[in-house]
Amino acid sequence: MIAFENVDFCYEDGTQVLFDVNLRVPDGTTLALLGASGSGKTTLLHVLLGLLKPTGGRVLVDGQDIVPMREKALSDVRERMGVVFQDGALFDSLTVGENVSFYMRERMRLDEDEMERRTLEQLKYVGLSHTMDLMPDELSGGMRRRVAVARAMAAFRPTIMLYDEPTSGLDPITADSICDLIRQVGTEQKLTSIIVTHRLRDAFKVADRLVLFRAGRIYFEGTCDLLRAATDPYIKRFMA
Amino acid sequence: MRSLFSVLGAQVRKGLFEVQYGTALTVRAFGAVFSGGAVRRRDIIEQMDVLGAGSLGIVALTGLFAGMAMGMQFSIELGVFGAKDYLGRMVTVSIIREMGPVLTALMVAGRVCSGIASELGGMKIGRQVDALRVMGIDPVSKLVMPRIVAVLVMLPILTIIADTLAILGGWGVGTTVGHLSFDTYWASVDRGLTVQNLLGGVIKPMVFGVIIGAVGCTSGLLSAGGARGVGRATTEAVVKASILILIANFVVGYVVIKALGWA
Ligand SMILES: Nc1ncnc2c1ncn2[C@@H]1O[C@H](COP(=O)(O)OP(=O)(O)O)[C@@H](O)[C@H]1O
Ligand SMILES: [Mg+2]
Repeated sequence: MIAFENVDFCYEDGTQVLFDVNLRVPDGTTLALLGASGSGKTTLLHVLLGLLKPTGGRVLVDGQDIVPMREKALSDVRERMGVVFQDGALFDSLTVGENVSFYMRERMRLDEDEMERRTLEQLKYVGLSHTMDLMPDELSGGMRRRVAVARAMAAFRPTIMLYDEPTSGLDPITADSICDLIRQVGTEQKLTSIIVTHRLRDAFKVADRLVLFRAGRIYFEGTCDLLRAATDPYIKRFMA
Repeated sequence: MRSLFSVLGAQVRKGLFEVQYGTALTVRAFGAVFSGGAVRRRDIIEQMDVLGAGSLGIVALTGLFAGMAMGMQFSIELGVFGAKDYLGRMVTVSIIREMGPVLTALMVAGRVCSGIASELGGMKIGRQVDALRVMGIDPVSKLVMPRIVAVLVMLPILTIIADTLAILGGWGVGTTVGHLSFDTYWASVDRGLTVQNLLGGVIKPMVFGVIIGAVGCTSGLLSAGGARGVGRATTEAVVKASILILIANFVVGYVVIKALGWA
């Protein structure tokens, strides 16, 4: 269970980006975080990861408040979270295979064969087993997101997956295939997922519940059907 | 006028913040030297290869031509006093104490400090640094420590190579242009190779190495504002490192002389 309770956030330059955010994501469900560019979606994910400290409120992961945690304790919580950053954030000096096996190499004591076997298995899972020895800049945008998914899954068996605009900049067909992958990963591994997107189509495709952000505040929260039926002018404009 | 002062004030604050951040980063990096195990040892060796071995060519050329130039100028000037026999010693002392460490460090700063800054800057804005933290890997231990240690170890080695080539270059010019004999030159070189000179000549590059590594990492990790920001951070890193090297050169030189006495 992920819960935000009265979360406020200010960047160092003083601009407040999150205002009194209250949000719950029950175990095993997928939440889509919608909102215009600059509405604070990425910031909220980074607060959940402990990369940014909220200026007020609590952030609970499986009942534990992560706000007062120091980096060491946080890293235990983060072991449960897999992240696909905006544009993938692959290590561009490493090959695809090295990216996927990165965590294993750094933090687990495995022999080379076992590592290679697991890496290949993960790459196969996202449909990219032939890219093992390529560099990230030789991949297309969609492939990069897939590798990022494989890296996040290979690390540790996460129970929470976070995706930041996993389909931005992709053509509709590739975007749909990424959504299918997210859906598949979520149901097969029984994950709790949050997917940040500004594409409604993605949200309807993968999410159990939707949240619409507007200027750092939750403007709407509910099911896909509820959003479709809404008559509020801002929502209607967003859906257009 | 108020705006001028507020601009200057902001610059000073930014500068102080960078110094504080860089110092803390360096201290934390040294704290992480022995905690990483085999994975980190591999990282250090990889960085030594990338940063050190890659600089060999430019450093060798720098040393050779600096030594040749000095051999030429000194043999003319010493000839005036009929003291040409001292050429080896003059070249050796000025190379080992000053020119070798400073020139090598400045060349390496141009190549390595900018490389570190742009690589880490790219990782910062590409969220790769965040990706590390999310995997529970400390970016200081993974990125900063291996680079600082690698430059710290490699720069003295590169400096010794540059020194050696410079002394050889001085010999080449001294014997051809200055008509010195082999024995005269090398006997004179030998008198320049005192413990004080050699020690000072190795301490300096170690300090310069930490400066290059730390400035590169600090500039990279503090860069913001997209690719343009990284570009700016990269150029500024070289300038800052070069100035710090020249300041440290005077300070370390002074301390070595105070501690060990004149050679
Ligand atoms: N490092 C930062 N410093 C100051 N303001 C920032 C920073 N990062 C983002 N912002 C601001 O915070 C707001 C929300 O940004 P973000 O969370 O990235 O939005 P989204 O992901 O919804 O597009 C934006 O107005 C942006 O300009
Ligand atoms: Mg965003």
